[in-house]
Amino acid sequence: MLMEWPCPLPGGGTSNELLLTLKQDRAQCVLMIPPLFDEHNKFRRQIVEVMRRLDAAGIDCVLPDLPGCNESIRPLAEQTLANWRNAAQAAIQHTGASHMLTFRGGAMLGSGGLPGWKYAPQTGAKQLRGMIRAAVIAARELGKDISSDDLMARGRTNGLNLAGWDVGPQLFSELADSDEDPPSGLTEIAQSDVGGRGLWLRTEPDEDADQADALAQLIAKELAAP
Amino acid sequence: MSSNSATEPAADMSGIGKSRAAIDRDLKTIIADVLGLETDQVDQFDADTGLFGHLPELDSMAVAGLLTEMEDRLDIVIEDDDVDGEMLETYGGLLAFAEAKIIEG
Repeated sequence: MLMEWPCPLPGGGTSNELLLTLKQDRAQCVLMIPPLFDEHNKFRRQIVEVMRRLDAAGIDCVLPDLPGCNESIRPLAEQTLANWRNAAQAAIQHTGASHMLTFRGGAMLGSGGLPGWKYAPQTGAKQLRGMIRAAVIAARELGKDISSDDLMARGRTNGLNLAGWDVGPQLFSELADSDEDPPSGLTEIAQSDVGGRGLWLRTEPDEDADQADALAQLIAKELAAP
Repeated sequence: MSSNSATEPAADMSGIGKSRAAIDRDLKTIIADVLGLETDQVDQFDADTGLFGHLPELDSMAVAGLLTEMEDRLDIVIEDDDVDGEMLETYGGLLAFAEAKIIEG
C-alpha cells in the first residue's frame, strides 16, 4: 500500500514522503533502507520483490522514502548523511519497525539501534570513488584533463554534480570520510550468501527471483529462530 | 618438448599473496559479473584476447564499474594515471596490471 509519512526536516517542520507498506500489524516489521543514488534505481524492484516474499512469510515490511530520494521533491543537494540518519530514525518510530534491512550504501544509515541485516554493504568512500572515476573517464573522453584529486577537492568545498546526482558539500565530505560502516549491530549478508551476480552491476534496473527468494529466506529463517 | 609449467598446479603462495591462477580466476569472475558475460565466454579468454575496443560490453562507463569492482574484490587501489590504453587493451595486459598491483600491496 502506498502512503505518506511525515519526515522531520532539519530546520523544523516536516516533509510528506512516500511510504510503501505491506503491513498487517504482525509481530515483526522490517524497515528497508535502499542503496543510494543510481543503485537505488537499480535495486528498487528487487527490494519490493523481497518485501513481497517476506509478506508471504508472515512478516510486515515498510519502505520509506527519505528526503531527496526516489519520489521526494526535496532537493538532493540539501541532504546530508546525518539528516538521512535522523529521517531513518523517525521512520522507525512512525512505522513501529522491529528490524532493519539495508541494501549496499544504505548500511551507512543503519545505526538506528534496531537489529537486522546489511546486504552487500558498501562504504560511502567506495561509492564516491566509483562515481568520481566515472566522471573522470567521461571528462577525459571530452578532452578535459581533470583528476580524481581535483574533483574530490571541489566536491568537499562546493559539492559536485556526479552523473546527474547533485551531491552537496556536506554529504560529499560525509561520504568521502565514511570508509567504514557505522557500528550498527546489523548482521552482514554477503552477495555470495544470496548467490548470483549483484544487481548493482547491471546496466538497467532489474529483478532476480532466485536472489529475492534467497535473501527473503535468510531473513525469514532468522526471524523464526527462537 | 615438454613443459610442466602449464599443467602444474599453481604454487602455494599463501602468506605472500595470491597465485597467478587465483588472480586469473578472480579477474575472470569480475569481468563476467560486471559486463554480464557468460562464464564460458570469459573462461576462453587468453593473454591476447582483446578487451577495450573489442568487447562491445566494455564501454567507458563499464570501465569505471570494472575498475571499482577490481578495487573492491582484489583489495587494490587503482589511480587515474594507471588507466591507459595498454592496461585495458588485452586480457593479458589487465591480468599483469592486477598482479603488479596486488604485489605492490
